[in-house]
Amino acid sequence: MASAAELDRPAEALEKFRVEVRDWLAANFPASLKGKGNALASVEGPTRETPEMTAWREAMGEKGWGVPTWPREYGGGGLSRAEARVLADEMARADAWNPIGGMGVMMFGPTLLEYGNEAQKREHIPAIARGEVRWCQGYSEPNAGSDLANLQTFAEDKGDHYLVNGQKTWTSGGQWADKCFCLVRTDKSDKHKGISFLLMDMTAPGVEVKPIKMISGMSPFCETFFTDVKVPKENLVGEEGQGWTIGKRLLQHERTNLSGGGSRLQPSGPGLPDIAKKYVGADAEGRIADPDLRARIAKFEMDWRAFLLTAMRVQAESKAAGGVSEVSSILKTIGTKLGQERAELTIEIEGLKGLGWEGEGFTDAELHAVRAWLFGKATTIYGGSTEIQNNVIAKRILGMLDHQ
Amino acid sequence: MAVLNEEQTMLRDMAREWTRNESPVTAWRKVRDADTATGYDAGVYGEMAQMGWAGIVIPEAQGGSDFGWLSLGLVLEELGRTLTASPLSASAVAASAIVLGGSDAQKDKWLPPIANGELVATFALDEGPRHDPEAVKTSVAGGKLSGAKAFVAEGDSAGLFVVAATDGLYLVDGSQAGVSRARRHLTDFRSHADVAFDAVEAGKLANGGDKLLDQVLDRARVVASAEMLGMAQQAFETTLDYLKQRRQFDQVLSTFQALQHRMAGLFSDIELMRSAVEAGLAAIDAGGDTRQAALLAKTKANEVGHAMSREMIQLHGGIGMTDEYDAGFYLKRMRVLEAVWGNTAYLRDRFARLGGY
Repeated sequence: MASAAELDRPAEALEKFRVEVRDWLAANFPASLKGKGNALASVEGPTRETPEMTAWREAMGEKGWGVPTWPREYGGGGLSRAEARVLADEMARADAWNPIGGMGVMMFGPTLLEYGNEAQKREHIPAIARGEVRWCQGYSEPNAGSDLANLQTFAEDKGDHYLVNGQKTWTSGGQWADKCFCLVRTDKSDKHKGISFLLMDMTAPGVEVKPIKMISGMSPFCETFFTDVKVPKENLVGEEGQGWTIGKRLLQHERTNLSGGGSRLQPSGPGLPDIAKKYVGADAEGRIADPDLRARIAKFEMDWRAFLLTAMRVQAESKAAGGVSEVSSILKTIGTKLGQERAELTIEIEGLKGLGWEGEGFTDAELHAVRAWLFGKATTIYGGSTEIQNNVIAKRILGMLDHQ
Repeated sequence: MAVLNEEQTMLRDMAREWTRNESPVTAWRKVRDADTATGYDAGVYGEMAQMGWAGIVIPEAQGGSDFGWLSLGLVLEELGRTLTASPLSASAVAASAIVLGGSDAQKDKWLPPIANGELVATFALDEGPRHDPEAVKTSVAGGKLSGAKAFVAEGDSAGLFVVAATDGLYLVDGSQAGVSRARRHLTDFRSHADVAFDAVEAGKLANGGDKLLDQVLDRARVVASAEMLGMAQQAFETTLDYLKQRRQFDQVLSTFQALQHRMAGLFSDIELMRSAVEAGLAAIDAGGDTRQAALLAKTKANEVGHAMSREMIQLHGGIGMTDEYDAGFYLKRMRVLEAVWGNTAYLRDRFARLGGY
């Protein structure tokens, strides 16, 4: 049993660090930037950095605090988990946001730290840590969606380089990306073992990007065409044939980093009851005037709360067990379903004002709700469709195996 | 499963082991076949009391262990798995009314015999077949209580009633001449009695304030939810086992994707139910306004318990319809628990009202 003094020492050091962070933030995060952070800006969208934002990104990049727990030797913050929590804490207190993000941070960087060789880590990690490079994900293809391993983009061995031909689809932010981490086929004779993980340069000759227009009117995803693209052998991560393993590990990182805390799940703006009272009216007791709608809203609110409780429970259980709780598999399916329900209820409540495409006669909130409702249809499809999630739950958690 | 402390883990493990070894569903079948009005084995309740279960929500000063409501919920969940019949739930809820609203004298008189299992107590509120606290007509005049309660749980064996009257909650000693009971035989073969009180002596639970009734209702709801959670969980596991064994068309049923997806859906639903029920129990332990948490617990219990009990029959095919098989027991008990203390529509409306809409 450690003595009181021994237990105090790490706590003391942490307190010192907290003060250091607080002082540094005061000196480097200008109040004018409060509330200006956009979590999506570095994932999808062109650079719209003001000089102040650039200075803030460079300051965080220099400290490595954009990727706090990554190793210092590659430009990360080199912080322990406890120190990273202190950093997050203090940043929240100062209303400071992390200017460094995107797929490089969320999924590719952690994967490269695990599977990349020294040269690759030295080449790519520092740039990600400074937010200087944008990465996109080259996974899905027109014939390889849920069945991703069916991918056909082929990397032909040409001795000192690969010659890549094929097509990727649903490339998020492809039109803004500098580089692409790509699953390619290096062996046509084996579905899973013939896949390799290759790093590609989006500006190389032979790479063509076409944004895909979605039903929501936005184009956050692209088709990416590779025609005789030369890729140096050095860009192969891991061994040939190891791509499926590395690719899946990367998706785990994505899942971990997307699941976040309950606070990220909370939608902003007025809740359904307030929207209903506004559009439908309230009765003499101040209750939503339509009892059927009121009951459906109550059902939604209760389901949503049960979902939030589950997300919190999953976090607590995972923490206690030191591993990801199996219950986490259900979060995407339930969360996305409820998100869609909320969107559908919103536009239903608003009648035809909830179906405006653009122009006069609609508020910004009404128009925004329409686009969100449309784009929200993708959430039950991407990142492992609901149907695939159900397969995973049935097979991996419930042990219901397929017919042999 | 919530993250439990050592005490809670021990309690749950003890309950799980006891239930598995001493009280599998066959024990319930025996009670059911005996078809008595009380609907439980007195010896079994004595064993539970010896293990301290009857005192889990009773203060130490009155012979309990005061482990709290999440702890009680853990035990009730295990008992729910095997449909174990006992007046444990009813007595705990009644005891809570005394703990929250009783005088020292009332606590010292009534809580110790409840804690040691000698006394069965129950909370009598509803006066009709559908839950409606606003329809209570039972009243007290000159210290005498008169009224009629319907479908009182453990009404056939209770020695003490916590009775909801128009102006508060009252303790009524069940041995009085003016107390008459009539068995109401429901599908769950448990004790439910219409109990009439004819100018009986009644001691008011005067210390709880206006919130007392709501607080007792919250406890009644989460306690029912805990039992339903155990039932749903076991119904799911029993069904899953069956699907993995039953062969038709040269394959076990669990290889059919339609059934895989159905079970995945039920798995998710039960996890949501678990979160709501455990949060409801924990909320009561934490204190404060527990109304919405208790409503949420019972609502999810109702919705998911309803679906799981229905699916258990369907997924078992023909044998699920036989009395010899257990599926019917879960269905017939679940619906009773769904109805008591508020059905789903009632609970949702109450939740909305508390939410200001």
